[in-house]
Amino acid sequence: MILLLQYTLLFASVLLLVALGGCFSERSGVINIGLEGIMVIGALGGALVMKFLPAEMGAPMMITATILASALAGMLYSLLLAVAAINFKADQTITGTAMNMLATAGATVAVKAMNTAASGGSDVSSDIIYTRARDMFIVRFGNFEFNWFMVVALVALLISWVLLYKVKFGLRLRACGEHPQAADSVGINVYKMRYAGVLISGILGGIGGIVYITAGVSSWKFENGVAGFGFLALAVMIFGQWKPFKIALAALLFGFFRALGNVYTGFDFLKNLNLPSGVYNMLPYIISLIVLALTSKSSLAPKAEGIPYDKGSR
Amino acid sequence: MKKKHSSILRFEGVQTLLASLLCILGGLLIGFIVLLIIEPSGAWEAITSVLESYFRYPSAKLQLKYLGQTLTRTAPLLMCSLSVLFAYKVGMFNIGAAGQYVAGACAALYVGIAFHMPWWVCMLAAILAGALLGAVSGMLKTFCNVNVVISGIMLNWIALYVTNMVLSTEGVKNPMSPYTMQLRGVNPGGLIPQMGLNTLFGNEKSVTIAIPLAIIMAIVVWVILNKTKFGYELKATGYNYHAAKYSGMKENQNIIMTMMIAGALAGMGAALLYLTGIEEWETTISSVPAMGFNGIAVAFLGGLSPIGSILAAYFIQHITMGGGNVDLSVYCAQISSLISSLIIFLCAFVAFFKLAIKNHLRKRDEAAAAAALPKKGGDNA
Repeated sequence: MILLLQYTLLFASVLLLVALGGCFSERSGVINIGLEGIMVIGALGGALVMKFLPAEMGAPMMITATILASALAGMLYSLLLAVAAINFKADQTITGTAMNMLATAGATVAVKAMNTAASGGSDVSSDIIYTRARDMFIVRFGNFEFNWFMVVALVALLISWVLLYKVKFGLRLRACGEHPQAADSVGINVYKMRYAGVLISGILGGIGGIVYITAGVSSWKFENGVAGFGFLALAVMIFGQWKPFKIALAALLFGFFRALGNVYTGFDFLKNLNLPSGVYNMLPYIISLIVLALTSKSSLAPKAEGIPYDKGSR
Repeated sequence: MKKKHSSILRFEGVQTLLASLLCILGGLLIGFIVLLIIEPSGAWEAITSVLESYFRYPSAKLQLKYLGQTLTRTAPLLMCSLSVLFAYKVGMFNIGAAGQYVAGACAALYVGIAFHMPWWVCMLAAILAGALLGAVSGMLKTFCNVNVVISGIMLNWIALYVTNMVLSTEGVKNPMSPYTMQLRGVNPGGLIPQMGLNTLFGNEKSVTIAIPLAIIMAIVVWVILNKTKFGYELKATGYNYHAAKYSGMKENQNIIMTMMIAGALAGMGAALLYLTGIEEWETTISSVPAMGFNGIAVAFLGGLSPIGSILAAYFIQHITMGGGNVDLSVYCAQISSLISSLIIFLCAFVAFFKLAIKNHLRKRDEAAAAAALPKKGGDNA
C-alpha cells in the first residue's frame, strides 16, 4: 500500500511537471508534441551530472546541480521547437514528432559513443548508471521513500499558478495563445511571449525527464526513450483543461493507474485476477482515451494554438 | 540559359524535389558532424558506409540479395507513408499509423499462425485490423472532438500491449524465444507468393510480390486523391470542414472514412513485412516499432506525393540498412535513425523554403517588369 502511494506520488510528480510544461507552451499558442523528446534530453542532462559529479559534494548540491542540468538541457532542446515554430512558422506537429525521434536517436548515439569510448569498445550499451547519486534524492520514513522531486513538483505547481494567473506575464502569455493579433495590437511582443512559453515548457519537461528515469531504477537505457510518458502528460494537460490545479488532480489520477502497473503484484486480489502485465501497462492509456472522449466535447484549448503567428495576417 | 533555370524553379514538383534534397543534405551533414565529434579519424568512412549500404558487400550476388531485403523492407515503409500522407491531405496528422501498423502485424500473424490461413486472408485481416483502429480515431474525432494526434498516440500504446498479449498466446509464440513462431515453418501458405521475383534478387527468400503490391497501392492512392470525386470531397473536407458541410458533403463520414483508409494502408504495410517471413514479432518489445513514425518522415520527404514517397521510402530504408555497416566498436547503428530524424526535422522547414523560392521569383519578376518599363516608354516616344 505504501509502495503504491510512493509510486503514485512519483509518477504524478513527473506527469505534473511535464503537463505544466505543455500548459505553458500551449497557453502561448505553440503545440508541444515534442515533450517526450524534451524529457529524454532533460533526463540525459541530469543523468550525466549524477554520473560524473563526485558523491562527496553532498546531497543539497547534487540535487541542485542535477535539476539545473536537466532544466538547462530541456530548455536548450526546446529551442529547436521555438526556432522552427515561431521564427520559421513550421508545422508544429511535424516539428514535435521529429524532435521526439531525434531525442531518442541522439541520446542513444551520444550515450553509446560515451560508453564505447570509456570502455575502449567493450561496452556498447546505451545505459547510464547513477545508483549513488539517486540515493541522495531519497529520504526514508519507515517503508515510505520520500523523494525530493515531489517537493520540486509541488513548487513548480505553485510557481506556475502564480506565473499564469497572478502576474502581468501570465496574462500576456495567455493573450498570445487566445488572440495573438489582439495581443500584438496592444504592444505585446507575441514572438517573445511564445519563446517564453516554449522555453518554460522545455525547463519543466527536462526536469520531468530526470524525475521519470530515477523514479524506480538506478540506471537507464536511453534506447528506450521515456515510453510514451510525454504523451501521457499531454493527455493529463488536456484532461486538466490547461489549468494548473486541475492538471495536478489529473496527474494524481493518471499517476495512480501508472503506479498500479508497477506494484499490482503486491495486492492479493489483483494478483488473483491473474491478468497479464500488459493490461496494467495499457491502463493509463485506455483511461486517458475514455476520459478524453467524455470531456473533449467542449474543448477549452487555447484558441490560437498550433497556428503560427504572422504579423501580416489578420 | 538563366531564363530556363528560372522557369524550372517555377514547377511545384521541382521546388519540392529541391527542398527534399536540401533536407537530405542537411541531415547527412549534421550526421557527419556528429560522427566527427565521436571520432574524427573514421567519420568519412562511416558516413560513406551508411550511404553505400549494401553496395559494400563483395559479390554481385550478395549485393542483389541485400537489395532484395532493402526492397522488402521498403514496401511496408511505403505503405505507412501512404497512410500518413492520405490522412494529411484530408487535414489530419495520422501519428497513429504506428499503432495501425502494429494492429496489422497482430492480425496477420495471429490469423496466419493460429488458423493456418492462406496469405491473402492474413492480409485482409491485417487491413481490417488497421482500418478498425483508424476508425476508432476517426470516430473519436467526429463524435467526441478528441484530437486525432492524441487519440492516435494513445492507440499506438494500446495496440502495442494488446499485440504483445495476443501474440504471446500458446501456439503462436515460440516457446524457446520471445519471438512468434516462424510462418515459414508453421504455415508456408501464409507467406506472400514470390512468383519468381526472388530469382531476380539472388534467390533472396524474402522477395515477394509484396514489393509490386506496395507500388500499385501508391498509384491507387494517387488516383483516388487526384482523379476521383471521392478524393476531391475528402480533400475539400480537409481544406475547410464547414464549407464541405455547407456544400452538402458528408463531412463526418468523410473523416471516419479517411482514417479507416489510412489505417487500412498502414495495416496492410505490416502484412507486407511479416508475411514475407523476413522477421518475426518480438513479444517483449516495449516501444512502438519505428516503422510508422518513419512513415511520417517518408511522407514529408516525398513531398506528400505518393510517387515521391516511393523514392523517399527507398532512400530511408537504404540508409537504415547502411547504419549496420559502421564500425560498431567506435560508432553505433543508430546513426541512421539520427540522420532520418534530422531529415524530418528539416522537412518541417519545407514550406518556409518554398515560400523563399516563390518570393525570390516574384522579386525577380518585379525587377524584370521594372526594367522593362522605361524601355517600353522609349518605344512609344
